[in-house]
Amino acid sequence: MKKIIALNVNEIPYELAVEPNRSLADVLRYDLGLTGTKKGCGIGDCGVCTVLMGGKPVFSCLVLAVEAQDHDILTIEGVAKGPELHPIQKAFVEKGAIQCGFCTPGMVLNALALLNKNADPTEHDIRLALSGSLCRCTGYQKIVEAVKTAADMMKRSGIIEEEAE
Amino acid sequence: MEKTWRNDAYAKVTGQALYTNDLAFPDMLHAVPVYADYVHAIIDQIHIQDAEDLDGVVKVITSQDIPGSNRHGQIEKDYRIFADDKIRYWGDVVALVVARDRKTAIEAAELVKVEATPLPSIHDPEAALKPDAILIHEEHGSNIINTHRIRRGDIEKGFDASDIIIEHKFQTQFVEHAYLEPEAALAVPRADGVIEIHGSMQHPFSTRRFTAALLGMRLSDVEVVGTPMGGGFGGKDDTAAVVCARTALAAKLLGKPVKVNYDREWSIRESYKRHPYRVTYKMGLSSDGLIKAVRCEIIADGGAYCSTTPWVTWRSTVQCCGPYQVDHVHCDTVGVYTNNVFTGAMRGFGSPQMNFVVEQMVELAAEKVGMSAVELRRKNMVQQGSATITGQVLDNHTVSMGEVLNAVIEDIDYDEKLKQCSFGKPEGDELYGIGLAMSYRGMSLGAEGADFCAAIINAQFDGSILLEVGIHENGQGAESAFILALAAELGVNRERIRYRQSSTSSIPDSGTTVASRGTLMGTGAVVRAADEFKKKMSQVVAPSLKCNPEEVHFKDDRLHGGQSDHSISFDRAIRVMYLNRKFPFAFGEFQGPSVTWDEKQGRGKPYFTWVYGCQAIELTVNKQTGRVKLLNAIAAHDVGRVVNPGMLNGQIYGGIAMGSGYALSEEVQLDAGKITNLNLNNYRILRSTDVPEMKAIVIENRDPNSPFGAKGIGEPTNEIMAPAIANAVYRATGKRFFNLPIKIDAQNGS
Repeated sequence: MKKIIALNVNEIPYELAVEPNRSLADVLRYDLGLTGTKKGCGIGDCGVCTVLMGGKPVFSCLVLAVEAQDHDILTIEGVAKGPELHPIQKAFVEKGAIQCGFCTPGMVLNALALLNKNADPTEHDIRLALSGSLCRCTGYQKIVEAVKTAADMMKRSGIIEEEAE
Repeated sequence: MEKTWRNDAYAKVTGQALYTNDLAFPDMLHAVPVYADYVHAIIDQIHIQDAEDLDGVVKVITSQDIPGSNRHGQIEKDYRIFADDKIRYWGDVVALVVARDRKTAIEAAELVKVEATPLPSIHDPEAALKPDAILIHEEHGSNIINTHRIRRGDIEKGFDASDIIIEHKFQTQFVEHAYLEPEAALAVPRADGVIEIHGSMQHPFSTRRFTAALLGMRLSDVEVVGTPMGGGFGGKDDTAAVVCARTALAAKLLGKPVKVNYDREWSIRESYKRHPYRVTYKMGLSSDGLIKAVRCEIIADGGAYCSTTPWVTWRSTVQCCGPYQVDHVHCDTVGVYTNNVFTGAMRGFGSPQMNFVVEQMVELAAEKVGMSAVELRRKNMVQQGSATITGQVLDNHTVSMGEVLNAVIEDIDYDEKLKQCSFGKPEGDELYGIGLAMSYRGMSLGAEGADFCAAIINAQFDGSILLEVGIHENGQGAESAFILALAAELGVNRERIRYRQSSTSSIPDSGTTVASRGTLMGTGAVVRAADEFKKKMSQVVAPSLKCNPEEVHFKDDRLHGGQSDHSISFDRAIRVMYLNRKFPFAFGEFQGPSVTWDEKQGRGKPYFTWVYGCQAIELTVNKQTGRVKLLNAIAAHDVGRVVNPGMLNGQIYGGIAMGSGYALSEEVQLDAGKITNLNLNNYRILRSTDVPEMKAIVIENRDPNSPFGAKGIGEPTNEIMAPAIANAVYRATGKRFFNLPIKIDAQNGS
């Protein structure tokens, strides 16, 4: 029996009828056409389905769409505002952190969640934040470099300010 | 050249890039494969009625529905696209269920029942070689897929002349490519009768060939269109092409678009793996460390089908002594059928296994001789003008074995760090070790097959340029590399060049995008096309530049006259072409220089050029847990000429990571032919927290055999990290590991 749910994805409200056992990943991809969210394993191990839910990275293949109600969902399509890339995306492009690109959306979203709460991450922080996403092409080196570069760019441009704790 | 650039970076970083499974067509159907829970059995009957009766199911396709040929194979046509007579491995597909939605198709697949009579199955390649072993392919007459050999010098004399003889046995594992995007295909019957295929495969031309054969159509009736692809690593050759062919069959039979998208479990179950090898290796040396003789026996588990086993094992045979000169070599290689998952191409293609053996053997030998392993390598490695073990004289390119070795040793301060190695000494829990390995690698296909490639340059009236090359974009950045190469050749800004979406119907069959041949062959064709293009333009433009056509040169988006000051912009020159009724269009083809091979003796010039690489790793082994921590990796590779620096480094790093996983964590586990680790939770590839810090040293000795000067990096970077790690683990623990993956027991660090 389908259930009517309200989803807020990339700041756009949707009302949808979904099966209660339907995953957020499937709803994003096949109901909303947001195919930037990928599927690679279906069990929360590869990270290509990563989206931000209330600012935190989740494996959208393991989240039921009905559970995603009342949370703000951010997918890769919502990271850039307009044609201008987000600094993290810019850094991925400039640093050559992209090869086949299948892990890229998840990597960018993991990086965004990290930099939103930690403006000045160490390399270890970065590697830890990315560890839920697999990459088979790059060896992660350039992705890590890109996140470092993005942190610098964001600090310079004042997108994030170091929070006094 | 700029540091790094990709034509698809913006689309990939914003989620706009559409991969096969992101595409949809109106009235599209969904299909899923059906497997049978057998590893070796005679198929008695396939019951499809219950599945077909399920609401939403459109058709269940079996071998009965094939208009063309069910038999497939790049070398031996021993694979059935739909299993008909027997099940030969657990991943054989017996049917394809087509339904209105994927969920229904999956449900219906459970309702397909296969009645079969089980046969004894073989999972050990040595058992498969026994004379009374049951045959996997009766018509083949034996379980031997192929053999290769090398007979050089006189092996007995070689050992007689040796002061030191060592012999060891090695074993390697089944390895999964683990491309992040599982197999996917979308086939669309077009208005003109053509079946159009979008698929995640690295081999558009053979996908077209297999599809046309299955459908009983001509090659021109099938068009395979380039689609962004989430990784291949050699693994999206046979299986991925067959997934496309089955999908196309469904689209053809039903007259509607059909999509197939694999779950990870299906992908790991069905797709071929890297061959496990059993190698017995005997090496004889003089007391001063000169390798005199090598006897080598290689048994490769080919699994249920031939696939590329003869070619994979051929490379292993040709490179069975690593980059060392040996006068007396006796090598016997055999590829064997078993009922295991079949094995085929994977990044490295027979070299990772052999390098794991050879690069430990030289270190074991050095220890016996009592000299440093680096010195022993230097003493025996190929030099400019050396003859390889197959008698190829390396004189047509720069032999840079020593150069790459020195680069790594200096950069990582190898000699100093050797002194710090723990060798299992008792104090402290973290044992430290450093290790290195090196290799040479024959480029491209070599004597495996026809090696030629096409490129088309088509400039438009406004000066923009469309480029297409017969090499496929697997995610490695091939398109970007070709755009950059053309920009360099024409002396224009890359922004005016766009890569035309590639299609098997628009460019001649340029072979497979494998064997690290993409950059070499593709830029070769680009250079040839650019030469033709410039010649055409020069002829038209020369009079206005007050020079001869031969004197026109292309620079800074302008065409310049020889000695004269005259020049015109590229845009204007293109307009002049059109106004003179001359198309600024060129076709170029590059054919790899000739190679030779004598299979009987294992002699000849198997590859037209070679690359050289060396990698080193520092690591610690925790004595209590046995856990290996990779600290720092350095790689030096001679790539001929750099095309796209950032992408080049990225490939080097990716190869180090994949090679590290090969050494330490990756193993497809089979229980009597059934894979027990079918997903990425228990098939472990390395994560961002597992990989070492990496550095790439790039050496450029432009290769005269490559028109652009560039060679390749995809496989060279993925074939030596495992032995480097094995050597480092030895220096940490004092223990040698002869099997992959390296499993170190907890508590004793051994």
